[in-house]
Amino acid sequence: MAMNELALETRGLSKNFGALQVARAIDFRLERGARRALIGPNGAGKTTFVNLITGVLRPSAGAVLLRGEDVTHRSQIERARRGIARTFQINQLFRGLSVLENVCLAVGERTGACNNLWRAAGARPEVVDESIGVLEALRLQDDALRPVGELPYGRQRLVELAIALAQRPKVLLLDEPAAGVPSAESHIILEVFERLPQDIAVLIIEHDMDVVFRFARSITVLVAGAILTEGAPRDIAADERVRALYLGEHAHG
Amino acid sequence: MAGTERSPGAAAEFLLRRHRWRPAEALPWLIAIGAYFAFPDYMALGTQILIGILFALSLDLILGYAGIVTLGHAAFFGTGAYAAGLLAARLGWGEPLSALLVAGACAALAGLVSGWVLLRYRGLTLLMLTLAAAIMLYELGNARADITGGFDGVTGIVVKPLFGRFQYDLYGHTYYLYALAVLFVMFLVARRIVYSPFGQALVGIRENLRRMQALGSPVHRRLVTIYTISAAMAGVAGGLFAQSNAFVTLSALGFERSATVLIMLILGGTGRLYGAFLGATIYMLLEDSLAKLSPEFWELGVGLVLVLTVLFARGGLLGLLEQAARRLRRWR
Repeated sequence: MAMNELALETRGLSKNFGALQVARAIDFRLERGARRALIGPNGAGKTTFVNLITGVLRPSAGAVLLRGEDVTHRSQIERARRGIARTFQINQLFRGLSVLENVCLAVGERTGACNNLWRAAGARPEVVDESIGVLEALRLQDDALRPVGELPYGRQRLVELAIALAQRPKVLLLDEPAAGVPSAESHIILEVFERLPQDIAVLIIEHDMDVVFRFARSITVLVAGAILTEGAPRDIAADERVRALYLGEHAHG
Repeated sequence: MAGTERSPGAAAEFLLRRHRWRPAEALPWLIAIGAYFAFPDYMALGTQILIGILFALSLDLILGYAGIVTLGHAAFFGTGAYAAGLLAARLGWGEPLSALLVAGACAALAGLVSGWVLLRYRGLTLLMLTLAAAIMLYELGNARADITGGFDGVTGIVVKPLFGRFQYDLYGHTYYLYALAVLFVMFLVARRIVYSPFGQALVGIRENLRRMQALGSPVHRRLVTIYTISAAMAGVAGGLFAQSNAFVTLSALGFERSATVLIMLILGGTGRLYGAFLGATIYMLLEDSLAKLSPEFWELGVGLVLVLTVLFARGGLLGLLEQAARRLRRWR
């Protein structure tokens, strides 16, 4: 039953920059527990689409619905509080802080602990415990007290994900999570994906087709700001139009 | 090391450790008390230094922790100075502590209103807008010379004895201790705030605004909150300034004061609380001694020190000291 519930929906979502149409009437549905990949050539408008969903950009037309609620006119901050979390293509970490503090900020903002300007940070064990729990789930606990900037890049990518998970999202948008990670280490990220909470709807933007085909249970193909096709990975891999786009790069799919 | 510190208890301990008092933190206060006994003839200068520290500390809250750049912070100092000055000179409200509270409240109100509008902007835009707002306030003070006394300022500020008991002597001993006590209380508040979860969120905003927005932090509200607190603190500093000098002129609001406090803080080191202590003290001692030696060129010297600080010691002088201490510890 749960699979029928929509976590996220866009209706006729469009965005123009002057004469340039970067999103054209996108009708998109993401079910609860979905494991969807969004693929498409460079400049297809994938990141624009993510920015429209999260509220960084306002659409020229159309609507964004989060679990049935119209959030089109809600700010990015309000949408985040309603359960949309994202990771960034290029790490957006709190570089001067420790790994633990990076995650504590997400937990603290979600629970309202950060509204307190009189108690000592760390005095609320539930915030610290939960943050440690998130780090343990990603096997980052040994690095908890290290400054995040000192970590190797692959582990920083995991912190990027840890912050988003600490938001306890209903919808998780992953913008090229494996970008910059050596291919020998990308399996670590894939293992983490397999252990994500089942009820989160996950949308991943990724160029690495290995990652896409190992992770996604369905794929949406975006071309020139519009959805070209959607379907199971097997069908997408067999689609002539998609093959033409990628020139057989993923023939093994 | 990592393996032993992974339990939640150790992690909380790691976060709480910073909040605990370190022995070295007693140093500035011991020096301040020592100076009271060692240099009884310099209490007037000492009082001004304490006021400068408080003003720089208020700036550190917004610049050092929240990353808010401003060239108009003197607007709040001046608001507090005029509030305390006018209360005493025009209304005969000479009770010093309540006048300080009013000074802080007036400045807080100014901070709340201007911050609510201006803190939607950042970086260079914000810098220019704070400058413009402060200049507007300055010109307003100039235009309403009937209230502010214009360039002549507010004179005849008579402050009643502290707690109705302690008279002010000619050498400013009472004012020094009074300013020191006020600074200490304000410092306790500032220290509490920066090590709170709210303070952590401010650092988050400074370190990565984009990410804070993405994780749903009410950024604007957080910034306005700390801006208001900082303004109140600057207002209290201004109030002390008016009371201890017994007059206020428009220079209390002026651009030069905004620029000077910025220099003091950068010199001492931003985002470390005690940078305000070091920066304000060194700046004002230099000002006092160098200005006597060479009234025309002393600012050149200060400018040179500032350039060197920005180029080679991004953490300010206190940052340099911290580095040296770390290196020394590794040596041993």
